[in-house]
Amino acid sequence: MSAAAPAAAATFDCRDAYVRAVEELAEGDDRIVAVVNDSVGSSKLGKFRDRFPARLINVGIAEQNMVGVGAGLANGGKIPFVSAASCFLSARALEQIKADCAYSQQNVKLCGISSGVAYGELGATHHSIEDVAWLRAIDKLTVIVPADPWETAAAVKAAAGHDGPVYIRISRMPVPALPRPEGATFAIGKAETLRDGGDVAIIANGTLVHRALDAAAALAAEGIAARVINMASVSPIDAEAIAAAAATGAIVTAEEGLAAGGLGGAVAEYCAEHHPVRVKRLGFPGFLPTGSPAWLMERHGLTAEGIAAAARQLVSGKSR
Amino acid sequence: MMGNPDMVDVAASADRRDSLAARAEFVRERANWMRRRLLKMIVDAGQGHPGGDLSSADIVACLYFDILRIDPKAPAAPGRDRFVLSKGHCTGVLYTALAGRDFFPEAELDTYLKPESRLNGHPNRTYLPGIETNTGPLGHGLPVGVGVAVAGQIDEAGYRVFVLTGDGELQEGSMWEAAMFAGHRGLGNLTVIVDRNRLQQGARTEETNALEPLADKWRAFGWDVVEVDGHGHAALLAAFDDAAAARARPRVIIANTFKGQGVSFMRDQAGWHHGVPNAEQYAQAMAELEAEMSR
Repeated sequence: MSAAAPAAAATFDCRDAYVRAVEELAEGDDRIVAVVNDSVGSSKLGKFRDRFPARLINVGIAEQNMVGVGAGLANGGKIPFVSAASCFLSARALEQIKADCAYSQQNVKLCGISSGVAYGELGATHHSIEDVAWLRAIDKLTVIVPADPWETAAAVKAAAGHDGPVYIRISRMPVPALPRPEGATFAIGKAETLRDGGDVAIIANGTLVHRALDAAAALAAEGIAARVINMASVSPIDAEAIAAAAATGAIVTAEEGLAAGGLGGAVAEYCAEHHPVRVKRLGFPGFLPTGSPAWLMERHGLTAEGIAAAARQLVSGKSR
Repeated sequence: MMGNPDMVDVAASADRRDSLAARAEFVRERANWMRRRLLKMIVDAGQGHPGGDLSSADIVACLYFDILRIDPKAPAAPGRDRFVLSKGHCTGVLYTALAGRDFFPEAELDTYLKPESRLNGHPNRTYLPGIETNTGPLGHGLPVGVGVAVAGQIDEAGYRVFVLTGDGELQEGSMWEAAMFAGHRGLGNLTVIVDRNRLQQGARTEETNALEPLADKWRAFGWDVVEVDGHGHAALLAAFDDAAAARARPRVIIANTFKGQGVSFMRDQAGWHHGVPNAEQYAQAMAELEAEMSR
């Protein structure tokens, strides 16, 4: 951040952590390759290409082929990181993700770059807000939405060590490094409880997690104890963590994507069946107008203030 | 001269002679057996895609009973040749070939399409050994085959990749994305076979969305093109053998075939894309195929 705002924490572009992790993996394992759709620059894979030229496979602007080639590379013993703007990767190649990767159980790592509303001004064709809803509906496909650089790197390494298809959603929106206890670990299917609290629970992932922590801090000043759960692993989801959240009696979900069908949808489904509790889902409603990412987030309440307001409302509703 | 001098496939080569004519005769018998066996499967199941199974039976028999270096005891061996059935609905040929090569017991063919059978309506690699990727929706097999070939190119592995596509399937854009990239990469380890039966599900390809000039299209994408009689075993084997020579380009074999080949009333009829012969038709089909074998 600028010197004029000394109170603000340093922020990071998670793509940097992503490419560093892939390069580290590639150093130690010849099977690691990257597959791109003319997206070397937007995936920040220029250095990877220079270091491992034979292992950077650029299929050009052809997403269906890109994902099919990724599945074929896995068949040939490689561990491909298929890296492309998430709007195109998830939508254009959806059937390849379903049939060639998930149904075929091929060891492909799909990396959706610049997810959510990173391309805010470019309009709804370039917003990737449906990807989590679409992809979590696909059986046997792991879906991870990391929140900061540490978690991005950890998710990439966990994905490489997991024998099966994985989708990792990698934001380019600046985020701070989250405060974590020493020795924290990442595991597919396990949520991270970043703050304890019994009045309300906030379940967030990706770029909304640090906003959720800020919201919890603001709520604490008002005497509301909010539990904050980072649900990076959307599929498989951590049912125990949702159950613990439901025990507070009120849940707010927050994500940079469609609430219907996304993380909010997953939490609401689970709660409706197992732990009926009031749930407020924060996310986008559908096709969005043009605007900067920050403007779009603010307009839809995807800010610390918006999350806190939703939590307050649920807590006041509980006492009625 | 064998196309694959480092053949590991003892089982298939045991009955073979070195001459092309003897190899072709061996494959001809196997293809005839596949036709009879897959028709029985379809009749028993009450469903299937006999038209495309019968048009591709000779191609698949050449691959499984002569060309492919595969081992049913080590179906996932890293150096194996790969066969991808891009026209995934033609499981009749794939399942009979795999059973004929002992990837699973022949008796299991009787479970075709039954509840919980490993013999799904479209191939599933997690159910059965010897299947490389799950196909069914058209336009998927070639991109996957291209990916396997790229892995082989990077590793300088000796295996070859064979992809069987329908001709109607070439109306899928993803096939040309993959064809363009294979040409660009110079994937000499990749061979595509087009089952050019000129019929798609509803009508002739040329009436629906014309493919011609098909050979020119592949050439323009950087491919080496060979056109053969897709029911001529010697011609097919020669095209596959020749393709084994070191090449800097992928090869496409446009195999001119007839849907329903081997059964007179099914031959060149779009209506038999899917369909089940009744008892009388089945008896006639089997009689014709048995007569063909004894000729």
